[in-house]
Amino acid sequence: MPSFDQIRSDFPILDQQVNGRPLIYFDNAATSQKPLAVIEALDAYYRRDNANVHRGIHELSNRATQAYEGARARAARFLNARAPEEIVWTRGTTEAINLVANTWGVANLKPGDRILLTEMEHHSNLVPWQMLAQHTGAKLSFLPVTGDEGLLDVGQLDELLTPAVKLFAFTHVSNTLGTVNPVAELCQRARAVGAVTLVDAAQSAGHLTVDVQALGCDFLVFSGHKICGPTGIGVLYGRRELLEAMPPWQGGGDMISSVDYYESRWNTVPHKFEAGTPDIAGAIGLHAAMDYLDRLGRDRIFAHDRELARLAYEELSRLKGIRLFGPKTGRGGLVSFLLEDVHAHDIVTVADQFGVALRGGHHCNQPLMKKLGVVSTARASFYFYNTAAEVTRFIEVMREIQKFFGV
Amino acid sequence: MFDELSDLYQQVILDHSKSPRNFRPLEQPSRTAQGHNPLCGDNITLYVRLEGDVIADITFQGSGCAISRASASLLTESLKGRRLAEVKPLFDRIHEMVTTGQVGDGDLGKLAVFAGVHKFPARVKCAILPWHAALAAVEGKGAPVSTETVNP
Ligand SMILES: Cc1ncc(COP(=O)(O)O)c(C=O)c1O
Repeated sequence: MPSFDQIRSDFPILDQQVNGRPLIYFDNAATSQKPLAVIEALDAYYRRDNANVHRGIHELSNRATQAYEGARARAARFLNARAPEEIVWTRGTTEAINLVANTWGVANLKPGDRILLTEMEHHSNLVPWQMLAQHTGAKLSFLPVTGDEGLLDVGQLDELLTPAVKLFAFTHVSNTLGTVNPVAELCQRARAVGAVTLVDAAQSAGHLTVDVQALGCDFLVFSGHKICGPTGIGVLYGRRELLEAMPPWQGGGDMISSVDYYESRWNTVPHKFEAGTPDIAGAIGLHAAMDYLDRLGRDRIFAHDRELARLAYEELSRLKGIRLFGPKTGRGGLVSFLLEDVHAHDIVTVADQFGVALRGGHHCNQPLMKKLGVVSTARASFYFYNTAAEVTRFIEVMREIQKFFGV
Repeated sequence: MFDELSDLYQQVILDHSKSPRNFRPLEQPSRTAQGHNPLCGDNITLYVRLEGDVIADITFQGSGCAISRASASLLTESLKGRRLAEVKPLFDRIHEMVTTGQVGDGDLGKLAVFAGVHKFPARVKCAILPWHAALAAVEGKGAPVSTETVNP
């Protein structure tokens, strides 16, 4: 396993006791912790360079604009986009998906069209499409998931991916199952019927190398806060031709090139989609996060996260009455599970008393939970600063929990 | 071992969550009410049979965590035989207890085991959910109550 021993001290938050025990933070799929490099970038921006972007002529405004646009160029390199203009800043994954639904979706969908999703989507890659379907008369279809093992039933694509499908939106890595989907293959299949693709990279962008050109996707979205960046900033990647043809979403300052009392002309991409003062500090913090991750190497990060997940899966599978979700092999860096006769929230409450931060609930995957016949699961999700020793301790705590509830 | 944990999961609570009492539907209930916690997906249904204004029988069904199951189970034991008018004052006392830890005047009996819940803010809703359902049943409200539309 690649060693990240040196980097623990980059994360001051990890060095603390919770309920009298050393913190073991295993809720990384919800949000990651932030390294000093990111905290200091935010601090330096507010101490030295803070000003509004794009409109000023003075020195500080120049600096802020350069840093803000520099971050955009960095995000383009992070995803191997063709140009910075293909990067639109949003508040996060959720807002990026809503932006595409409200612009590309409203302009391109009509009654009889289909939006293809999968059964494992996060609510944020489901509800905006339900709203769009209601608005446009388009219909939703779902690529099934194969039970507890949680793989996409790709065999059903022949039937589901008809020429009526105008959009195929799916997640790269499932936040509940840990499944890593074959994105390049899915994009290629979609392209063959002329469907546009949107990849939810919320759980992948900070964990593995994401190359939009190699994947062949049209849109790809992620949140800064899950990849060591600040909350409040996220990325919509869109192929330039698509972005240029799309109408704007929110109106206001910055998104226009000229304004009259009765009508306005839109700015060029990506500014057309960025109305109002943006999250300048967020973009700058995210820039520092992307630099940090690429210094470590996202391939190494992925190998490390997967190794921890493999270890956790293997050790959990020895527990009495355990039910594990997601693929047995090839999973991303998380494990979802249930212990017989112990509710997920009870697992999480007791684990917290041992200093272990887990998540319990439906993970914004209610329809998937229903399909699996459960109301919730407990989830441990890993990042590069977690260690095999923490996984071992977590397993000990699970045994304590079984003892505590007498199962 | 962990004082706060054993405050939360008192033996009575563990017992009632493992073997909930009155855990069955009623054939012809005078009232039913549903409680739902959208954050965790927990659901309980209360069934009440009235004789005049007396709760002659009360049962529940549903799925939930140890706290909400035990709370529902102890609620059914506590409300059986009471008058409808007694439910709201009892609700208020339980609510006060699980949010502040104060048990107040007068014996709450076994229900006092939920006093430890106040140290776990994320779990207050689990304990109070069945009581919201009971209140809805008393008031004859048909619509399910949700932990996200009531306080807290
Ligand atoms: C797969 C997936 N998609 C979307 C989201 C939503 O991200 P955000 O809340 O940052 O917009 C999440 C976060 O939980 C996620 O795991």
